[in-house]
Amino acid sequence: MISSEIRTPLLRISALTKRFGGFTALDNVSVEIPPRERFGLIGPNGSGKTTLINCISGAFRTEPGTVMFRDEDITRLQPHMRTRRGIARSFQLPRPFRSMTVAENLMVALDFAMATDEPVSAAQRRDAMMSILTQMGLASKADVSVTKLSQVELRKMELARAMATHPKLLISDEAMAGLSSSEVDEVLDLLMSLADHDITIIMIEHIMQAVMRFSDRVMCLDAGRIIAIGTPSEVMANQRVQEAYLGT
Amino acid sequence: MKRNGIFFWIGATLFLAAALLMTQVVGNQYPFFAGYVILQFIILAVAWSILGGYAGYVNFGTSAFFGMGVYTAVFLAKAVGAPLAVQIAAAAVVGGLMGFALGLLTLRMQGIFFSIATIALTIIIETSMTNWRYVGGAAGIQIQRPPVTEPFRNYVQMLFFVQALLVVLAVAISRYIQNSWIGRGLQALKDDELAAECTGVPTLRLKLLACVISGALMCAAGAPAAMYLQYADPASAFNLNYSVSALAMSLIGGTAHWAGPIIGAILLSTTQQLLTVTISSEVNVLLLGVMLVLFVVGAPEGIIGLIQKVRRNRNGGAG
Repeated sequence: MISSEIRTPLLRISALTKRFGGFTALDNVSVEIPPRERFGLIGPNGSGKTTLINCISGAFRTEPGTVMFRDEDITRLQPHMRTRRGIARSFQLPRPFRSMTVAENLMVALDFAMATDEPVSAAQRRDAMMSILTQMGLASKADVSVTKLSQVELRKMELARAMATHPKLLISDEAMAGLSSSEVDEVLDLLMSLADHDITIIMIEHIMQAVMRFSDRVMCLDAGRIIAIGTPSEVMANQRVQEAYLGT
Repeated sequence: MKRNGIFFWIGATLFLAAALLMTQVVGNQYPFFAGYVILQFIILAVAWSILGGYAGYVNFGTSAFFGMGVYTAVFLAKAVGAPLAVQIAAAAVVGGLMGFALGLLTLRMQGIFFSIATIALTIIIETSMTNWRYVGGAAGIQIQRPPVTEPFRNYVQMLFFVQALLVVLAVAISRYIQNSWIGRGLQALKDDELAAECTGVPTLRLKLLACVISGALMCAAGAPAAMYLQYADPASAFNLNYSVSALAMSLIGGTAHWAGPIIGAILLSTTQQLLTVTISSEVNVLLLGVMLVLFVVGAPEGIIGLIQKVRRNRNGGAG
């Protein structure tokens, strides 16, 4: 298993705590994620999954605790700086740029997130964008306004936009919520294919079959604490996970 | 894109040539007095839309920037007798700095909170000027125009041409922003600030940039007003009318395209000039209000929005 190999972790979260007033959303969370891992994040509603994602992507400031990415302390960096270093995310409720077409949404990522200083021609960027859209099965929708997209297309568009930032770590926050079972398989296959492209993926998901099929390793949060971490079958068999998450 | 650029600059050159020709041929002074005001409002509306339209941050502080431009010119004219070009350049610098300071203090706020902060700014600066004796205080100050520069025969004609130059500058900047990565970034943050940030857009830096450019242009537009009126007082320099007009003209013209604020400014200020002459100067404020209500209800995307809708429908019908 990947987790047994000794490698520098891509992402290292140490003693992360996040409080909202008197409420502790994350309590002393520490976890390391090695490169190319497919990491599943589960937990009941309100357990702190999205809060953890917000702390990794920079939407929330954390104290105490540190977030290290590729051996660099990014705890104090603004979200866009983290995106440029290779952290991309999708949102639980899709947040497209509504006044734009699908292609324009991706162009924002290509304009701003590319860390290279080399000038990239407009044609090159158009090619890069089209290849991502083709990979995502959205090529025919390139010039369609995002307001005209279906739910599954919107999810794919968010993943495509995240991919256009050239991430090393992609965080998918319930990209399959509200989709039919065939659509779930479609998005899952997409995520699997991205993982083959040298991208580490953290997937938050409520659909258990998807998590089991996808993940190398699964972590379960409950009330802001890690209650189990290990292979999918280990975590599923864990007594506390069953109590907290599956409600038995 | 390239071809559009050539057309734009040909258009701008023709516009300046026409303005210059007008100063040489037309003897009557009234067209220049009225034209100056129209041009001034074009600059204000275009400048407003850079922050208010592209970034979606509604600024009620246009009059603060405009008035600051007036008083920068007054101060420089009185203290060192600076020429007009220096007054305008200095006003642009002051406006840019003011935009930067305002942005740093307020752009972390969103929506209505930012707008309220800009109103507060206007009040603070107006109060400061009212209590500053050197530039005339509450009573205002008279200003002597220096002799006019060749080839102009009259100072107002010269101011008219200077304002025409500033219009071209403002529109060129606004057009460049819209078509560049800056415009795309502003549009993204207008749609969704967190999503933009997570897509790599440095939202705070872009908003600051928009605020600085917008402020510099508004201040520059105000600088010649001191010489135009030969008089300045806080109540008129910081008149809320500038804020409301710039906002209304941009929204009525439409902020989705750089040409929108120009259309809105020409339409409204020309009508206002006509009404001021024919009926009374009070009616033009009424006109502004009525037009704004009509457009907010009937065409929230402004005239540009209407044009785009008609075009889309026509294309949709054909295809």
